[in-house]
Amino acid sequence: MAEIAFRGVNKIYPNGFQAVYQLDLSIADGEFLVMVGPSGCGKSTTLRMLAGLETISSGDLLIAGQRVNDLHPRARNIAMVFQSYALYPHKTVQGNIEFPLRMAKLPAAEVKARALEVARMLELEPLLQRKPGLLSGGQRQRVAMARALVRDPVAFLMDEPLSNLDAKLRVQMRAEIAALQRRTGTTTVYVTHDQVEAMTMGDRVAVFKDGRLQQVDTPQQLFERPVNTFVAGFIGSPSMNLIAARMEPADGGPALTVAGERITLAREIETRFDFTGDDRITHIGLRPEDVADPQLVDADRRLHGRVALTELLGREQMVYLDLRDGTRLVARLRADRRLRPGDDIAVGIDPARLYLFQADGRALPYRQG
Amino acid sequence: MRRVVVYMLLVLFALLCLVPIAWLVASAFKANADFHVYPVVPPVDRLTLANFTSLFTQMPFLRFMMNSFFVAGATVILQLFFSSLGGFALAKYDFAGKKTVMGVMLATMMIPGPVLLAPMYELIYHMGLIDSHLGLIVPGMVNVFGMFLFRQSMLSVPDEMLQAARIDGCNEFQIFWHVVMPVSRPIVGAFCLIAFMGTWNSFLWPQIILQSSDRFTLPIGLNQMIGVYEADYGAMMAGTLLAVLPVVVLFFLLQKEFIAGLTKGAVKG
Repeated sequence: MAEIAFRGVNKIYPNGFQAVYQLDLSIADGEFLVMVGPSGCGKSTTLRMLAGLETISSGDLLIAGQRVNDLHPRARNIAMVFQSYALYPHKTVQGNIEFPLRMAKLPAAEVKARALEVARMLELEPLLQRKPGLLSGGQRQRVAMARALVRDPVAFLMDEPLSNLDAKLRVQMRAEIAALQRRTGTTTVYVTHDQVEAMTMGDRVAVFKDGRLQQVDTPQQLFERPVNTFVAGFIGSPSMNLIAARMEPADGGPALTVAGERITLAREIETRFDFTGDDRITHIGLRPEDVADPQLVDADRRLHGRVALTELLGREQMVYLDLRDGTRLVARLRADRRLRPGDDIAVGIDPARLYLFQADGRALPYRQG
Repeated sequence: MRRVVVYMLLVLFALLCLVPIAWLVASAFKANADFHVYPVVPPVDRLTLANFTSLFTQMPFLRFMMNSFFVAGATVILQLFFSSLGGFALAKYDFAGKKTVMGVMLATMMIPGPVLLAPMYELIYHMGLIDSHLGLIVPGMVNVFGMFLFRQSMLSVPDEMLQAARIDGCNEFQIFWHVVMPVSRPIVGAFCLIAFMGTWNSFLWPQIILQSSDRFTLPIGLNQMIGVYEADYGAMMAGTLLAVLPVVVLFFLLQKEFIAGLTKGAVKG
C-alpha cells in the first residue's frame, strides 16, 4: 500500500517566491492522478517535492503513512520519467534500463532478466545495444518509461513525458501509458499542461493555478461541475464562454440579463444549483458546444448578435459572435447553417447547460446528485 | 588558387615546427665525434646506436624513466580525481561562500609560480618530504586550472540527468562516478594530456626538491649529463628523444577521445 498525502504543504524559494500554497491532496494507492495547469502553476514543483528533488518549506508529505519530507530521493523508492527523458548518453539502452537495479545491488541474473522483460513489454528488444543518441524521440521516451517500469516503485512520477513527441505519437503513447498503468496498478502522478491529456488519462485530475490547488475530481465532475471560472475555462476545448450577467427573481423561476437581453430560466435551474436567495450572479458560463439552435428554444431564451468570424471544422463550425453589447460569444454550430461575417443571427440558450458564477469567481454551489 | 596558397603556407609552417624535432632525431644517431661536423644528417654509414647504449650502460636512465612515470602517473591520477570532484561541486551544487571560494581560487592562479617556490619549499621541508617523490606529488595533487576546466565542462551536463540518477538510487558520489564522469570523457582526455605533459616536463620544482640521483626524474637526469658527461650531447639527445616518446604516444591515444568527444551530438539522432 502506498497512499501519498500532502498535508498543508508550502514551497517558498530562497528568493521569496512562493510556488505552492497550503496544498492538501491525497492520492490513493493504485490511482492515476493527473496534475494540470498553465505553466508556473506549481504542478511541477509539487511533483518534484514528491520526488525529493525540491525541499518542502513547510507542511508534511506522507508516503504510506510515513513522513518523507527529509528523505533523499533514493530512499523514497520512486520512479520518475522526465520531460527531457534524461537518459544516460554513455550507456546503451540496456545499460539505461538496468541502471536503477544495479544501483539497488540486485543479483546480476535478476537485473538482466527484469530488464529484458520490460524491454519486451515496451518493444525495445531490438534496440538494447544502441545508445540513446541513435534513437528517435519516441524510442527515447520508451526507454525512459522502461527505466522507470523496471523497478518496483511505490509510485511513478511523470513530468510532461509526451510534450516532446509529435501529435500522432503523443496520442498513441497517451493510450499506452494509461493501459500500462492499469496493468501494473502502480500509483501514478502525471504532470501536464494539456487538459486533453489530463481528461483522457487520469482517474482524477488536480487543477492548479498560481500555486494553489483549485479542484481535484474525476474528469467528468471537473467538466460538469467546475468550482470556479478558472477550472471552467481551463477544462474543455474550446474553452467555455464566460459572460457578464445579472440575475433577478421573476415569475416562473429566476431571469438573467445577459448582454442587454433578458433570458428566463425555468425552475429546472434550481434543481442543478443551490440558490440561497441572496446570490450575486455576475457571470454565466456557456460551452461553445452547448449553444443551442434558436428554433429549439423558447423565444425568451435567445441571444442576438453579429457574426465576426467563422472557422469551418468539417461537420461543424466555430462561430465568433459579437452580442448586442459587444461581448464576444464563441459557438460551435452545425456546418450546414451558412453564415458569413456581418450576418445577424440568433442563438439559443439552454438553461440546463448553463454554469453560474459569483463575483469572486466561485461557481454557485451545485446540488448533490 | 587562394586555397593553394593557404595550404602551402600551412605546409611551410608545419615543416618549420618539425625542424627542431628532426634535428633532435638526427642528433640522437650521431657519433659524438660527428656532432659538430655534420650540422644536419651525416652519411648513413656514420649513424650509430652508441648513444642509446651509453644511455643505458653509463647512467641509470631506466631508473629516471621509471621515476618519471611514477611521479607523472600518480600526479595525473590524483589531479584528475580532485580536480574533477572539485569542478563537479562548483558546477552542480550551491553552497554558502561558493562565490568567495571561486574568487580565491582564481586569485591563486594569478600568483606567478616562482613566487611560491620559497614558501612551498619551507612547507615541504617541514613535512619531511624533501628528496622524495611525495614532495613532487603532494603539491601537484590539486590543480585550480583543472577544477575550472571541469567546472566549465560539467556545467553543460543537464541537471535532469543528475536528478534521474538521484531517483535511480545513486548517492551524490555515485552520480559523479557513474554519470557525470563518463559523460565528461572528452574533457578527461584533454585534462590527462595537459596534466601529464606538465608533470612529465616539470623541471624547476624537482630540481629543487630532489637530491639523490636514484630519485631523479627524466628532465633532472638528462640535465645532469651536461655537467657529468660533458661531451656527451649525443646521449642527451638520445635520452631526450626517448623522453618525448611517451607524450607523443599519449597524445595519439587521447586524440581519438578528443575527436570522439567533439563530434558527438553533431549529428542529430
